[in-house]
Amino acid sequence: MLHIVACIKQVPDTKIIKMNPKTNTMDRASAPAILNPYDEHAVEEAVRIRERYGGTVSVLTMGPPPAVKAIKKCIAIGADEGYMISDRKFAGADTLATSYALTKALEKISQIKPVDLVICGKMTIDGDTGQVGPGIARRLDIPPLTSVKKVEEVNKQDGYVIVHRKIEDGHEVIQSSLPCLLSVEKEINEVPYASFPNMLKATRYDPHIWSVDDLEDVDIKQLGLKGSPTIVAKVWAPPKPEGGKVLEGNPAEKVEQLISVLLERKELFEGRGRA
Amino acid sequence: MNLEEYSGVWVFIEEKNGEIAPVSLELLGAGRRLADKRDCKLSGILIGNNISHHAATVFEYGADTIYVYDQPIFNDYRTESYMKALLHCCEKYKPEIILYGATSTGKDLASAVATDLPTGLTADTTELDVEEDTGLLLASRPAFGGNIMATILCKKYRPQMATVRPKVMKALPPEIGRTGTLIREQILLNESDIRTKVLEIVTDTTKKVRIDEADIIVAGGKGLGSAEGFQLVHLLAETLGGAVGASRDVVEAGWIEHHHQVGQTGVTVTPKIYFAIGVSGAIQHLVGMRNSSLIIAINKDPEAAIFEACHYGIVGDAFEIVPLLVEQFKKSMAGEEVKHGGKV
Ligand SMILES: Cc1cc2nc3c(=O)[nH]c(=O)nc-3n(C[C@H](O)[C@H](O)[C@H](O)COP(=O)(O)OP(=O)(O)OC[C@H]3O[C@@H](n4cnc5c(N)ncnc54)[C@H](O)[C@@H]3O)c2cc1C
Ligand SMILES: Nc1ncnc2c1ncn2[C@@H]1O[C@H](COP(=O)(O)O)[C@@H](O)[C@H]1O
Repeated sequence: MLHIVACIKQVPDTKIIKMNPKTNTMDRASAPAILNPYDEHAVEEAVRIRERYGGTVSVLTMGPPPAVKAIKKCIAIGADEGYMISDRKFAGADTLATSYALTKALEKISQIKPVDLVICGKMTIDGDTGQVGPGIARRLDIPPLTSVKKVEEVNKQDGYVIVHRKIEDGHEVIQSSLPCLLSVEKEINEVPYASFPNMLKATRYDPHIWSVDDLEDVDIKQLGLKGSPTIVAKVWAPPKPEGGKVLEGNPAEKVEQLISVLLERKELFEGRGRA
Repeated sequence: MNLEEYSGVWVFIEEKNGEIAPVSLELLGAGRRLADKRDCKLSGILIGNNISHHAATVFEYGADTIYVYDQPIFNDYRTESYMKALLHCCEKYKPEIILYGATSTGKDLASAVATDLPTGLTADTTELDVEEDTGLLLASRPAFGGNIMATILCKKYRPQMATVRPKVMKALPPEIGRTGTLIREQILLNESDIRTKVLEIVTDTTKKVRIDEADIIVAGGKGLGSAEGFQLVHLLAETLGGAVGASRDVVEAGWIEHHHQVGQTGVTVTPKIYFAIGVSGAIQHLVGMRNSSLIIAINKDPEAAIFEACHYGIVGDAFEIVPLLVEQFKKSMAGEEVKHGGKV
C-alpha cells in the first residue's frame, strides 16, 4: 500500500495582513492563520492518489502549537494521519533549516510506515520560495520533481511515477523512480468542500506532536536560526508609485489624448491597426 | 569555510530549444555590474548537449569565462544530472556568487544545489547589489505577498546564490566580437545514475505571444464582468498587436488560462506598454508589472489603486472607452499610413 506524506504549513493570510508602516513588520494579529493555499492542493492530490491506488495519506508540518488547526483542515480534506514537529529550537528557520527538520521528521515517520511519495505545495505565501520541497528531496536522496501539474500514474509495484511538469512554454512528461518528491502547482486539482464525515473526524482528531528530543540523530546546529545561512538584513516598504496623469475630458477626448501618447511609440505598432 | 577562497560571479546559462533563455542574458548584464564592483571575473556556466557554440553569445553579453559541460547525457534538463555538473564546477572553481533565472529550470536547479553545497539561496530576487570590500551579496525581493521588500544576506556560506525574476535586470547591448576563455569540463555520469527520464516535451502552441516576451500587453481584470466582457481585452490586444494578460481573479473565474496571469503568483512582465483594464491594482498584481515602461489604466473607480501605479489613467467604463480606443487607433494608424505615402 502506498504511503503518501504531504508537507503543509500554516501561514498568515498575506492578502489581508496589515503592515506596521513604521517598522515594516507584519502585524500578525491582523491576519488570520490559514493553511497555505498551495498546500491544500498538495493534500488534495495525495487524497486523489490514494483514491486511485489505495494507501494512506499523512500530513506533516513544522510550526507552533496553533498549527494543529492546519492539520485538522487537512484531515477534513481527507488525510488519514497528521504529524507535527514543534519546538522553540526550530524557530527562525530558513529553507535550508526547514528542510533539515522536516527530513528528520520524515525519517521518523518512515520508521512507523515507509514513505513512497512526498508531496509539497509549489510555495508558501509567507516564505514564498518553493525551495523547501527540493531541499527535502535532496536530503532524503530521492528525486525532486517540481512544478507538477498532473500525476499520470503511480506504480508502486514497478516503482515509478509519471507526472507532467509545467515549463514556460508547455510541459514535460517525466518518469521518476519511487520514492520521490513532488511540488505541485495549484492547477493540479480543485479542492472540493470537505465532506461531513471528514469534518467530524477533523474536529476529533489529535495529531502526533514531536519535539526535537523525539527525533533521532538531530544535529542541533542545523536547526532554526542557527542552522539558517540566510538572514533578513533589512525590510522596507515597496516603492510607492507616484501615480500618473489622469486624462480629462469626455470619453472621446480622453481617448484622443491616449492615442497621441500611443503614437509617440508608433514603431511598436508597425503594420498594425488596419481593419 | 574560508570565505577568501571563493571569488568570481557566475551566471547559470539556461538553454532551451537551441536558444539561450533571455533571462540568462539579463543576468550577465546584472552579473557584469557585480563583478566590476568586486573587480573579479564574470563567468557563465553552460550545461547541455551540443551547446558549446553558445559560448560566443555569452562572451558578447559580458562574460569573461565560460565553463561548458557538453555531453549527451545533458540533452534534457534533469535536476540530478545538471546538479552534479554544477556541484562539480563549484567545488573545482569556488565562485563567490551564482545567479540563476527564476524559471522552472533555474529554481529547480538552484534549490537542489543549495541543499547539497550547502548554502543560502534567495528566491525571486528583484534587486541585486554587492558590498565592494566584503563581497556580500545584497539580494532583495518582495516578501509577504508583496507587502514589504526585504534584503537577504548569506554571511557565512559561499557561494551566495540567488534566483532572479526574468525581465527585471537589463542585458547589456552585445559587443560583437568580444571573446573570453572557454573552459571545457566533463563529469562521469551514467544513465543509470539518474532516476528520472523525460519521456516527452509538449510545447503549447496555443500561446501565440508569450506574455513574458511581449512588447505590448493588454491585461484585463474582474471589472470586465464576464468571460464575454473579457473579449474586449482580446479585441484591443489584437488591434495593437499585443499579448493578453489577466489578474488572478480573472484566471480563477476561468475566463482565461493561468499562463496569462500577471503578478506575484503569475508572470513578471516588463513590456513597453502595459494596459490594465478593469484591474484594481492589488499589490500582488503590481509586483508583476510595475516595471513596465508605460502603464495605462482604465478603471471606473477613480480611487482604484491602479491609478497610483500608472503613467496615464482614464477614469471611465471600459465598455465605453475600449471600443472608442480601438476605433480611433485604427483610424489614426490608417491615417499614418496615408501620410507615409500609403506604404504598407
Ligand atoms: C498570495 C496571493 C497571491 C496573489 N497573486 C496574484 C497575482 O499573481 N496576480 C494578480 O493579479 N492577483 C494576485 N492576487 C490577487 C489580488 O490580491 C487581487 O485579488 C486581484 O489582483 C484582483 O483582481 P482584479 O483587479 O481583476 O479584480 P478586482 O479587485 O475585483 O478589481 C476590479 C476592478 O475593475 C473596476 N471595474 C469594474 N467595472 C468596470 C468597468 N465597467 N470598466 C472599468 N473598470 C471597471 C473596479 O473599479 C475594480 O477596480 C494574489 C493574492 C494573494 C493572496
Ligand atoms: N514549516 C513547514 N512545515 C511543513 N511543510 C513546509 C513548511 N515550510 C514549507 N513547507 C513545504 O514546502 C513547500 C514550499 O515552501 P517554501 O519553500 O516556503 O515556499 C510548501 O508548499 C510546503 O509543502
